[in-house]
Amino acid sequence: MPSLVLAHTRYQMLEQIRVPIGLISSAFFPAAAMLAFVVPFAADDPVAATRATGSMMMVGAMSAALMGLSISVAQDREQPWNPYLRTLPAGPLPRFAGRIITTMAIMLVAVVPVLVIAGLFTEAAITVPRLLLGLAALLGGTLPFMLVGLFLGFLLSSKAAIGVSQVLFFPVAILGGLFLPPEIMPGFVRAVSPYMPSRGAVELLWSATTGSSPHPVGVVMLGVWTAVAAVAAAWAYRRDEGRRFS
Amino acid sequence: MTILARTAEATRRYGDVLALDRVSLDIRAGELVGLLGPNGAGKSTLVNLFVGLRRPTSGTVELLGGSPRDPLVRRGIGVTPQETGLPEALRVGEVVDFVSAHYPRRAARDELLERFGLRDLVRRQIGGLSGGQKRRLAVALAFAGEPRMVFLDEPTTGLDVEARRALWDGIRAFHDGGGTVLLTSHYLEEVEALAQRVVVVGHGRVLADDTVRAIRDMVGVRRVTLAAAALPELPGVLGAEREDGRVHLLTTDPDGLVVELVRSGTAFSGLEIRPTTLEEAFLAITSKETAHA
Repeated sequence: MPSLVLAHTRYQMLEQIRVPIGLISSAFFPAAAMLAFVVPFAADDPVAATRATGSMMMVGAMSAALMGLSISVAQDREQPWNPYLRTLPAGPLPRFAGRIITTMAIMLVAVVPVLVIAGLFTEAAITVPRLLLGLAALLGGTLPFMLVGLFLGFLLSSKAAIGVSQVLFFPVAILGGLFLPPEIMPGFVRAVSPYMPSRGAVELLWSATTGSSPHPVGVVMLGVWTAVAAVAAAWAYRRDEGRRFS
Repeated sequence: MTILARTAEATRRYGDVLALDRVSLDIRAGELVGLLGPNGAGKSTLVNLFVGLRRPTSGTVELLGGSPRDPLVRRGIGVTPQETGLPEALRVGEVVDFVSAHYPRRAARDELLERFGLRDLVRRQIGGLSGGQKRRLAVALAFAGEPRMVFLDEPTTGLDVEARRALWDGIRAFHDGGGTVLLTSHYLEEVEALAQRVVVVGHGRVLADDTVRAIRDMVGVRRVTLAAAALPELPGVLGAEREDGRVHLLTTDPDGLVVELVRSGTAFSGLEIRPTTLEEAFLAITSKETAHA
């Protein structure tokens, strides 16, 4: 089985590299936001700059997970290649694994420009172990977004997936405190924020990179969101299978 | 002989539509079977049952002694993808490697590509291939896992005559080596050239299942061709067609037709009576079915 996971991962990676729209959009946006908001306003304070860098890493990873995954899954479902793949001797696992691994790789690549900008133009500081811990928090914290991406991809047409994932992305990112620190946001946003999956995810990342203690409600809610998203993704997958192939 | 694929009383509904109606069919090892039928007859549904894409609503489907839903069973078969769906960004060699990775026994890549005239294109991106090249690649992929049985859906649609004949040679070579083939095609000429056994489906049922010759003879239809300005009403004509000043008439009783023709005193020339092609037999079988339905 692992050789099949490898084959599917290789196939997905080649597609992403040859048509790198998903890769570029995931990498470009957080880097641009970094230059526009973090470098002018938070560059001089090491802790604030490190936290803001973490937020921008999460923005890039969320975009790859939510938008990238939903759109590519929805597009694949519309291709006649999809039923052909189902005639090959493999269950759904290698394809799923290939997708998740590829999305994680895109996330890690998307983080590089943000880290370079942070290192060159801000006082953000980090040790290697904390950076690695931060990357692990990044991959773990985006799990619910990958699952929501799968959910949307299996449920919607590719056109609808493009629209819906974008409409979801910005409010969830803003309410989770990825663009502005939660402390300086209006009262009702501060009240809602811990219940957003983005907040729990970025709390983990901040904690891993700066040693802050994460907001407990945020972390619990991240777990709840992950469980709900997993159920939703599994439901959407079965529903799609049932409709197309039963 | 071993049965490689079998349906027993397989019925498949899509909502209210009955796509297959209690179809029982055995395909034995080493057979080259042509599956014919008009659009919507149930051909694709039948193939989709065999390759594990669909489940029957009732009845059973067996493939290589197991269930086609079992990936391990599907190691023994090869299927052609639709060439419009091939992943455009990948190179020819990469997609062959990807498909081969699913099988324990793999055809040597270069030899496989050589067989389908694609050897020089191994590094070419699929998006840059011509329609005919994509079609040949799609057929080649069915053979990537050294299968015992292949399902070829419209293998030569869109190919020119030369490429079609080359592909036929490839399919024959596989069959001569003991391989089993289920072939669907719009080109009856193709089925006639390749298949020994023809299964005609219509309205979700098997209408005929026999050798190419028997199917042709079974309908007992003859084609009467002649040149005439105008024809009177003639008895027993199943179909008529005018082409370059000549009239083709399909009939089960050519003798009676000619007698009537002579009696009517119509001037004609160049009379020919020939056995029908498979295509004419096919039309006769399916139109008879429509008339009864």
